[in-house]
Amino acid sequence: MLSIKNLHARVADKEILQGINLEIKAGEVHAIMGPNGAGKSTLASVIAGKEEFEVTQGSIELDGEDLGELAPEERAHKGVFLSFQYPVEIPGVTVTNFMKSAINETRKAQGLSEMPANEMLQQIKEKSALLEIDRKFLSRSLNEGFSGGEKKRNEIFQMAMLNPKIAILDETDSGLDIDALRIVANGVNKLKGPHNATLVITHYQRLLDYIVPDYVHVLWNGKIVKSGGPELALELEEKGYDWIKQETTA
Amino acid sequence: MDLKDKLVASFMAFEGGVDLDHPVHEIRSEAMKVFEAQGFPEKRDEEWKYTSLKALLQNDFSVFPKQNDCLDYKNVKQYFLHEIDTYKIVFVDGAYSSFLSETTHQGIDVCLMSAALSKPKYLPMIEEYFNKIAPKDESLTALNTAFSKEGAFIYIPKNVAADKPVEIIHFATGNEAAVMLQPRSMIVVDQGAELQILERHRSLTSNAVLTNSVTEIYAQANAQVDYYKVQNDNLTASLIDNTYIAQGRDSQVSVHTFSFGGKLTRNNLHFYQKGENANSILKGVTIIGEKQHVDHHTLVHHGVPNCESHQDYKGIFDESATGVFNGKIMVQDIAQKTNAFQQNNNILLSDKATINTKPQLEIFADDVKCSHGCTIGQLDQDALFYLQSRGIPQKEAKALLLYAFANNVLESVQIPLVKQRINRIIAQKLGVQIGFDL
Ligand SMILES: Nc1ncnc2c1ncn2[C@@H]1O[C@H](COP(=O)(O)OP(=O)(O)OP(=O)(O)O)[C@@H](O)[C@H]1O
Ligand SMILES: [Mg+2]
Repeated sequence: MLSIKNLHARVADKEILQGINLEIKAGEVHAIMGPNGAGKSTLASVIAGKEEFEVTQGSIELDGEDLGELAPEERAHKGVFLSFQYPVEIPGVTVTNFMKSAINETRKAQGLSEMPANEMLQQIKEKSALLEIDRKFLSRSLNEGFSGGEKKRNEIFQMAMLNPKIAILDETDSGLDIDALRIVANGVNKLKGPHNATLVITHYQRLLDYIVPDYVHVLWNGKIVKSGGPELALELEEKGYDWIKQETTA
Repeated sequence: MDLKDKLVASFMAFEGGVDLDHPVHEIRSEAMKVFEAQGFPEKRDEEWKYTSLKALLQNDFSVFPKQNDCLDYKNVKQYFLHEIDTYKIVFVDGAYSSFLSETTHQGIDVCLMSAALSKPKYLPMIEEYFNKIAPKDESLTALNTAFSKEGAFIYIPKNVAADKPVEIIHFATGNEAAVMLQPRSMIVVDQGAELQILERHRSLTSNAVLTNSVTEIYAQANAQVDYYKVQNDNLTASLIDNTYIAQGRDSQVSVHTFSFGGKLTRNNLHFYQKGENANSILKGVTIIGEKQHVDHHTLVHHGVPNCESHQDYKGIFDESATGVFNGKIMVQDIAQKTNAFQQNNNILLSDKATINTKPQLEIFADDVKCSHGCTIGQLDQDALFYLQSRGIPQKEAKALLLYAFANNVLESVQIPLVKQRINRIIAQKLGVQIGFDL
């Protein structure tokens, strides 16, 4: 489904991604772990199409289609979703109206008519219930004054509404309390299916107890230096990253 | 002959058409002297540092436009709030158009300055209010005073709420090469009375139009006035709007100025608080591009204790547009417990756009709360990416952010249809189809 080959990306003069290779098939869950500053969020942003980063080599394909030349919104229309590590506060735009715009713009791009108002309401009701989001939140300005955990929950609510093919969750667990973590993970699991895939970026094994990955990758210095099954996350939890760094530089 | 000489020379001809024995005529003559002595403001004048009239004054303006042919309502309907019932005072090239207007003398007076200046029953009111709040030493206001003859006249008696909003519309048709218009309006809202007004100037020609307008508004004790100015004119029309407001005890006056274009727009908006517990609200949204210029010069004069003022101006400047915000707050020594708030936020969408923003606080009382802030920034790129990553196309995402930026100025608009119209104009200015309802 998502196929990343030899991806190099830079910002200013700094080469941050230095040859990433990653194959994610439909129905799979992949986890990326790695020390701070390794390039995890950069990889997520580059997949979502942030123009600040310049792709100097390599390719990103979704279902065989090259995303390289597409604007962020076009990638979204094709089913890419990024849950931000730091969701942006947008005063003056309510969650509900933002969601309506996002859904209807996506439908328009896909050649569909606008979602009827009652269906939209029904969707909003269902998905906010799934994530146990108080309806009051939905009429507030997007992320403005939301707590860290509320912002993350709101990201997954948006994911549920947009129903993407490939969801990239960048440290969605950070800032969530134990109950919220369970609710959010449960939401993500409910959305999983044979026709979509999930890429979870996290520092902690704990999230992976809930969202069980098929593969775990370690990103370091802009490269995937080790891949394995779920047991790799446990090993990292226990031993940290030093042994991998040594293994890589050896 | 330059425009100043032309105006001075035409004053005699103007005198031939007005009642020289009316007390107002002495005021006119005095004002003419002020203008003659001062001429048009120049860039070396501190108040006109960033707004130059020089190029504009090169036009060979006709100062007494020929009387127009009638405008066909269906061609100008779009400039009216035609979906709701309103009073209308409409001028075409400076002359009253009875055909397009809907005035009244029933319970309230919604009529013409020319009527107020000629009918004896209005004389006491003219003597009490005419040119009382307008500054005598400001040359453009003096120029308007000198030629004051026509405009809107509104009187709302004690404890009456006007039963519908009043629209004041000035059309310029361009039957001549270039026209200069100088409407003079006076609005008196007596104790406990209420009034909503919408004012617009619209040029229907590609010839140059210069409007130098003066409006005096008197809001007596407990009066409530909401005034909306829609400045969305074509690229050859310029407007100098001078609006002077006196407020009595417990009155509330709000002025919303929507500046969406024209060649040059200068707003001189002055509030004078004369009674305690008065509240003055000044709000503005400016969205311009090309080589348009919009200048807001505000003054809130706190002359008595326990009053409030709230200023909130948002500006969005694209291409080579230029903007000025100069917000003066003057708190006199006796005006203790004043609460004065001022905010001016700007977004520049292009490298060539500029804004000069300057708060000017002159505070002579010690127990006051004054806050002011101004910002100049670009569109937030992270916010833009966030919206785009959810599938909202860049153009719409930009528009959404800009709309959200301007939105809190719109929230206080009291007439739903006006809000809707403004929303539509904003969407159009931002080049998007979406109907915003945030
Ligand atoms: N716009 C930018 N300009 C300069 N450097 C940047 C920029 N964005 C990211 N970087 C740098 O790129 C490197 C990778 O950053 P990135 O955010 O991808 O790390 P990360 O793996 O997500 O880290 P964390 O675990 O702390 O979230 C860091 O050294 C960061 O400082
Ligand atoms: Mg990160």
